[in-house]
Parts: sequence; structure tokens; C-alpha cells
Amino acid sequence: MEKFEKITALLSGEVFLLCLVLGSFLLGVYLYKRLKFPLLQPLLISVVIIIPFLKIADIEYNTFYQQTKILNFMLGPSVVALGYILYEQIEYIKGNVMSMLIAVFAGSLVGIVTVIGTAKLMGADKILQMSLAPKSVTTPIAISIAQNTGGVPELAVAFVVICGIFGGLVGPLILRYLGIQSKIAKGLAIGSASHALGTTRALEMGALEGAISGLAIGIMGVMTAILIPFVERFIL
Amino acid sequence: MIKGLFFILLFYFLGEVCSIGIDGFIPGSVIGMILLFLSLFFKLIAPESVKDAATVITKNMAVFFVPPAVGLMAYAELISQSIWAISLAIIVSTVLTIIVVAVIQESFEKRKERTKTKNKWKSSKK
Repeated sequence: MEKFEKITALLSGEVFLLCLVLGSFLLGVYLYKRLKFPLLQPLLISVVIIIPFLKIADIEYNTFYQQTKILNFMLGPSVVALGYILYEQIEYIKGNVMSMLIAVFAGSLVGIVTVIGTAKLMGADKILQMSLAPKSVTTPIAISIAQNTGGVPELAVAFVVICGIFGGLVGPLILRYLGIQSKIAKGLAIGSASHALGTTRALEMGALEGAISGLAIGIMGVMTAILIPFVERFIL
Repeated sequence: MIKGLFFILLFYFLGEVCSIGIDGFIPGSVIGMILLFLSLFFKLIAPESVKDAATVITKNMAVFFVPPAVGLMAYAELISQSIWAISLAIIVSTVLTIIVVAVIQESFEKRKERTKTKNKWKSSKK
């Protein structure tokens, strides 16, 4: 009996939960490649497996978060590593810096105004609006923006993830529908709207798209951080 | 590989230091990305030293998002209360952001190409 308890305790331990994350993700990758259906993102499949498991095994999110912290930690270094991917694509960026800055600035402004505006029209309260505002930027930036503007950081993270999954899903479809040819425009659009999650999709399209998408994360993050207080005070 | 990881973490650390300097206005990871890029650009470090580590990390980025994505469950109730407002706001805004950025960037590039071919045509006429 004691042994049985020890084994169930292992279920909420670091080793098993990391196995669960990697295993469910691998299953996601397998299904995604096999069925070629864009909604079956590995991340989504992984979440759909893990959440019910945690509920059934009665493991709280906080425990799960603590035990899988090493993966969460890697988000930071992976953003830094994009600096190298960007360097690899340097020739393509030359001569496009100004247009990229203008495009992302416009995208950031439109994104903030429409997300706050729509939420307001639909009757969402102020806290929700301000948690939604940084939805298109990478998690660490979104957290600090939400803290500075009166949103809830945890909610902001949730919206960032939802927006990332959604943008990664529909982004390629919208770009195809619009008939966008430029690889830079494709990467820039997906990275601006859906940060690192979109970037994983952009990397699937090609190295240049991926690198530009990575750069867009940075530009979008900085512009959004500057624009949100401005939009909140003067426009909405 | 270890050399690459060292440089990435070093730039992450330097980014965090700078971030504190500007009161967290820009997160350390983003500053670290810019610093790493600049160091490669100005040849302060050799590209080969970070290549392997950077490629492996970025190729597998999506898996690092699993823990925060599972965090959705902790806010399920709050989110389900305003599910329509949230979904509509995210859908409208995300779609428009993608369209605006892509269309502007593409039109800039097309205009540049057009002036280029025009100039070529002019010079060939001479």
C-alpha cells in the first residue's frame, strides 16, 4: 500500500510531468504531420491532453507550473536565440528596415485600438480590456505591459497564448487569401500578430519568414509597450 | 553547443541587467536578442559559436509554451464569463493586424521593385 502511494506521488513530480509534456507534444507533432490538419497544432493537442489529466489526477496548476518550470524558463533564451536567426538573414533585411518599422507600427496601433474597442463594445470591463491589450506581444513583454496598465498578468498570458494559437492557425490562410508574395511581409505579419507561437509557424514556411517573424516579435513588443498608454489616454 | 548556450545565457543576463536599468520597459529577453544580433553583426563573436545551440532552441520553441498554455485552466471560469467579448476582440484584432502589416510591407516592396525596373529601363534606353 505504501508503495502504491509513493507511485501516485510520483505522478505530480517533476520527472513524470515533464514526460507528460514532451510525450503529449510528440503525439501532437505526430498527429499534425499525419493528418495535415492545421487546427491540430502540437501545442493545442498537448494542452487538450494535459488539462484533463491534471483535473482527473487532482493536480493543481501551480504544482504543474512549478514542476515544469525548466520549460517555461527556456522561453527567455529562445527569444535571445532568435538574434542569431535574424543575423543569418541579414542580407534580406537590408533596405527594408524603414518599411518594416512603419508596417509594424501601423499593425500595433490597429491591433490595440481594435482589441480594446471590440472588448469595450461587447461590454467587457476595464480590467479585461487592459489584459487583452498586449495580446499580440511575447509573454514576458505582455506581463510587464499588463502590470503597468492595470491589467491582470495571468490573464494577459492566457490571451497571449490564445492569440498566438489563433494567429498561427489563420495567419497563413489570410496571407494566401490576400495573395501576399513577399516572404518578409509574411513573416512580419505573423510575428507581429502572434509573437513566438506565430514564429514557429513562420519557421515552417521558411527560414527567412521565421527570422523576420522573430524580429517582428521584438519590434511589436516595443511599439505596443509605447502605444498602449497612449491609445488608452487619447483614443479610447 | 555549450559555448552557444553560454553566449545565449550571457546575453540573456546582460539583457536582464539593461531591462532593470530602464524599469522593465522592454523585457530582458528582447534586449538580449538585440544585443546578440549586434554582437554578431559587429563580429564580436563568431556566428559558428552560437549556431548549433540557437538553431536547436528556436526549432523547438513551441514546446516551451505548453506550461503557460496549460495555465488557461486556472482562469477557465473568468474567461468563460466573457467568452464572447474575448473571442471576438481577439479574432477581429488579430486578423486586422495580420492584414495591415502584410499589406503595408508588401506594397512598400512592390513600389521599390517598380522604381528599380523603371530605372533599369531608363538606363538601358540611354
